Amino acid sequence: MTTTAKIAWTGISKRFGAQVVLDGLDLAVAPGRSLALLGRSGQGKSVTLKLALGLMKPDAGQVLLDGVDVTRQSEAERRASFRGIGMLFQGGALFDSLPVWENVAFRLINADGVGRAEARERAVEALSLVKLAPEVADRYPSELSGGMQKRAGLARAIVGTPSLLFFDEPTTGLDPITAGAINELIRDRVTSLGCTAVSITHDMASARTIADELAMLDNGRIVWRGRADELDHADHPLVRAFVTGQSME
Amino acid sequence: MGLFSTNPVAALGRATLEGVAAIGRVGLFAARGISAALSPPWYPRQIIAQFASVGFLSLPVVGLTAWFTGAALALNIYSGGDRFNAETVLPQIVALGITRELGPVLAALMLAGRVASAMASEIGAMRATEQIDAMVTLSTDPRRYLIAPRLIAATISLPLLTLITDIIGVAGGMQVSNYLIDLSPGIYIANTMDFLTAWDVESGLIKSAVFGFIIGLMGCYHGDSAKGGARGVGRATTSAMVSAAVLILAADYLLTSVFALK
Repeated sequence: MTTTAKIAWTGISKRFGAQVVLDGLDLAVAPGRSLALLGRSGQGKSVTLKLALGLMKPDAGQVLLDGVDVTRQSEAERRASFRGIGMLFQGGALFDSLPVWENVAFRLINADGVGRAEARERAVEALSLVKLAPEVADRYPSELSGGMQKRAGLARAIVGTPSLLFFDEPTTGLDPITAGAINELIRDRVTSLGCTAVSITHDMASARTIADELAMLDNGRIVWRGRADELDHADHPLVRAFVTGQSME
Repeated sequence: MGLFSTNPVAALGRATLEGVAAIGRVGLFAARGISAALSPPWYPRQIIAQFASVGFLSLPVVGLTAWFTGAALALNIYSGGDRFNAETVLPQIVALGITRELGPVLAALMLAGRVASAMASEIGAMRATEQIDAMVTLSTDPRRYLIAPRLIAATISLPLLTLITDIIGVAGGMQVSNYLIDLSPGIYIANTMDFLTAWDVESGLIKSAVFGFIIGLMGCYHGDSAKGGARGVGRATTSAMVSAAVLILAADYLLTSVFALK
């Protein structure tokens, strides 16, 4: 019996003007698995996530969420499909005009119809999971450090107990202790709650902790894929360069 | 090459195509914005916040503009009108000028400067920092959450502000008349009320609603279309203000032409 992938990109092509970013990308992640997407800067990792989130349309190919092609859905259908998705943006992407708790509870209040009092309680709870004190809840994003904003963004991603999580550089800009806590939290979402996770990261220590599998994106395609424990023995030169941190020249 | 091609016909063609495409984009944006404003779900907190920002917080600037304009208009009519003894109809001319033309247009131009630019910069910054993308991933339609409340608030607030502008503008004229020609406030108001028709005020309010929509539309459209980080947001802010002002004046001419034939 074959399991339907939680999320799959099949034959995806995307170009911006003359620049081909994705060239027939094929990638699938099974339910309850965590995949880290590696690659050099400008290779289309963020574009891959944005295509899955409906923020961009592919020139060709399909993005299948639980077997349904989201690229052909209407905006309303896509919004309904995305109820079970959480996303952490690279810069946090918190709403400047709202206090932290309302940022975290945004989906609960505005899409799920949860009352403000209950939404606040759940937001404070989510903030505690990312090691942010309850006092932070009433502050505005501009009053937080970059790392705190990132953690608040992570709290927003996990608050609705989503079944699919996307992380764009989850530990960038964080101190090692907080980064370790965030890695553990992501790992816990996958192991304990059975979430599927797709993370973009350049932090190899983070990738090893949060991911069951790793995939290397280069020139618009997946050029290597393997388990985290296979990383050190990979013979692909780009993967080797990532592991050793040495230049390919 | 680009717009300034050595071939003038090609450059003209490109500019025409660009212009038509821009009109199409704005038209589509407006249609989607209206559709979002007229159908649920609505976000009452956002709508109220926009009413406060667009309407209430604009009161001081609009009020001051109205008073000075009414007063200056009265001075001009007094000094220019005495050549043919027209100063006796000063209250009537001030009332007509303010309610039909200056009230709606000046309130709208002040709002174009204050509100359209603020909307463009806020939405543009949200676009640049992926906040609008984040909103989509949180199952919330940015058109309903961001655009519709601004369009609703601008379209309804401006007529209300214009009504206040009309009253303050007439009061400005009244104070100057009292000082210059010793016309008592009671007589000034009685002359104004006897002369003004409901349509004088109504036509100005209809214009204001259209101007308000233009302000909201230009602020939101240019903000949402902002590209290229801080520089792009700056460009969007300027474009929103300038395009709103030009469209307000063009719409004013068109509407006045229609109303004049009524």
